[in-house]
Amino acid sequence: MPGPIQSIQRAAEVLKLLAHGGAHQLGVGEISRALDLAKPTVHGILRTLQEVGFVEQEVEGGKYRLGAALFQIGTSYLDGNELRAKALNWSDTLAMRAREAVRIGVMHGKHVLVVHHVFRPDNSRQTLDTGALLPWHATALGKALVAFGEWPDGDLQRFTRRTLNPDELHTAMNEVRDRDWAYDLHELVEGEASVAAPIRDRRGVVVGAVGISGPVERLCESPDQPPRLELVSYVREAARSVSRELGGLSW
Amino acid sequence: MSYIAAIDQGTTSSRCIVFDQAGGIVSVAQREHRQIFPKPGWVEHDATEIWTNVQAVVRDALAQASLTHDDIAAFGITNQRETTVVWDKQTGVPVHNAIVWQDTRTDALIKQLGDQDRFRERSGLPLATYFSGPKLRWLLDNVEGLREKAERGEVLFGTMDTWLIWNLTGRHVTDVTNASRTMLMNLDTLDWDPELLSAMDVPRTVLPEIRSSSEVYGTHQGVPVASALGDQQAALFGQTCFDPGEGKCTYGTGAFLLINTGAKPVHSQNGLLTTVGYQIGDQPAAYALEGAVAVTGALVQWFRDKVGLISSAAEIETLARTVDDNGGAYFVPAFSGLFAPHWRSDARGVIAGLTGYISRGHLARAVLEASAWQTKEVVDAMNADSGVDLTTLRVDGGMTANNLLMQFLSDVLDVPVVRPIVAETTCLGAAYAAGLAVGYWPDTAALKANWHKAAEWEPSMEPAARDKGYRKWKKAVERTVGWMDEDDD
Repeated sequence: MPGPIQSIQRAAEVLKLLAHGGAHQLGVGEISRALDLAKPTVHGILRTLQEVGFVEQEVEGGKYRLGAALFQIGTSYLDGNELRAKALNWSDTLAMRAREAVRIGVMHGKHVLVVHHVFRPDNSRQTLDTGALLPWHATALGKALVAFGEWPDGDLQRFTRRTLNPDELHTAMNEVRDRDWAYDLHELVEGEASVAAPIRDRRGVVVGAVGISGPVERLCESPDQPPRLELVSYVREAARSVSRELGGLSW
Repeated sequence: MSYIAAIDQGTTSSRCIVFDQAGGIVSVAQREHRQIFPKPGWVEHDATEIWTNVQAVVRDALAQASLTHDDIAAFGITNQRETTVVWDKQTGVPVHNAIVWQDTRTDALIKQLGDQDRFRERSGLPLATYFSGPKLRWLLDNVEGLREKAERGEVLFGTMDTWLIWNLTGRHVTDVTNASRTMLMNLDTLDWDPELLSAMDVPRTVLPEIRSSSEVYGTHQGVPVASALGDQQAALFGQTCFDPGEGKCTYGTGAFLLINTGAKPVHSQNGLLTTVGYQIGDQPAAYALEGAVAVTGALVQWFRDKVGLISSAAEIETLARTVDDNGGAYFVPAFSGLFAPHWRSDARGVIAGLTGYISRGHLARAVLEASAWQTKEVVDAMNADSGVDLTTLRVDGGMTANNLLMQFLSDVLDVPVVRPIVAETTCLGAAYAAGLAVGYWPDTAALKANWHKAAEWEPSMEPAARDKGYRKWKKAVERTVGWMDEDDD
């Protein structure tokens, strides 16, 4: 693993310094003195940050302050623990209606991070897997998240002979965007299926996905058919309810 | 398909949750009401505002699910306990704001009534400001002309269940669980106790009729109003703790551990309360032991609002997970003294074990751990009183969304901690009791079959670490007592 990248560290220092100033703006000289960096170095960092919108200047050649793009990133971040707290009632209700285990996921780098897990309601022995990472391309949760977000780079591991290849995935993603829900059929584990729908915040941005998973015999009419529409409707209703809880829907 | 609508009249808000036959949530509506603070230590609610809000949340919850009153098989009621209101029998107008359970204006009266344990045998309760009887007495003594009106039978007293049922149906009734928090009811006869009434100087004419927790009290727009339970008892019911030895702990602002002790009241030797758990129709009542922790979620709220290191309660877990342990810091939130099992009103909060190493992550850990250690103290008292050790802790309430806390709770108790699939057990309990009364559910066995595990946390802490942590916690608790002096307010 390569070591830390110095220029990124320095850029972070500059942003922190500007953040601590609050409404206060700083010039190149002030920043270079505070961080003990050469003025040309600071100038280069600020120019780059300005290009991506993380800092801005009131007037050309004036002082710098934090940029609007930074705040957009800051507010689109939803704490996973917060999401779980808001989703609790609706994920419980989904588990009861579908009689299957429920998971809520968010993207975490190239993987889906499970932020909440409700046991399948049959009182059998199950283990909480909150905190686990799932591959995005072989799960309904991951597809529901990536369809409305960025395609993570990296190789797509084949788990079964039914795991989708990149071309198939691109087609599947279009369907997910059209239908607003996703499924997987034998794609992660042979004989298992999952259904998920996106959760949206008040700006309509997809911040998570909620879904169920279980054996194909329970989720599907036949082993080669997508999950039953009744289950899909429960999942979508849960996603809508959580979205409403987050202020994402007005009804 | 029909549904049950549960009304939860709480301390800060009123809610209505509509449930289906599987016990699943169909819709939720909520409205907050004003907290009125006329003087330090005084807390009041406007009972008329609450009644308006209750009507609104019922309307909203039905509308959200596109339901009408015809779709509702019964209303159930659960409520903040002990909060006291008196109103005019003719006009229905309250004679004074409702006096809320937290209100301490009866402090002097309580001291004047004598020894803390004076009414324990009869009522199951220690003399304390919470309970309704002393609040009613204060109203009779302080609202002009009220005592005369009371003696002429022109006014009615009630806890919030009674206030709502009277407004919904026109009947003046309360249930055994709410009555058991007035300090006016005899635990054995389950009726108003003449000696308690005379000691408190309260005329019987103002008191409601005591009924079971699960029966049809009357109807509202054609829908039976069919249950009433104090909030903690409703959670016990919602967790389907119908057998002796079964119990639950609800985590909200405070935490309340209740254990079903069966058909006989058990008197505590370890600082717990004896109370009525529930009564279904004409069946015998089930009693419960109760251990209350005053400050659990309230500490997280304090950390959010007064310290400002987090912007939402859920973020405390994120902050706490930035470190591996508490770094040696312990937080005893004795904000208004220590409650069960210590009962020391002269204690105040401390953060013990501070060193230069302690970061805000460690403090967040200490805040969460405080809820677990306080629960352990109450569980130990419960085990000692009942002679049987708790084998599993059933939990509910908002804080059960906190995985770090639930795991730590399991670690320090050394038993599995289990969350049921409906975390809203308070409303569910009210719905269950109402549904039983109208035959929506056949019996308690059917309700038990509805109970499912949604999550389980298994203990994984080394015994030595647990013992050391508990030892340090106890030392921190020792450091809170005796803080208040004569000249402190």
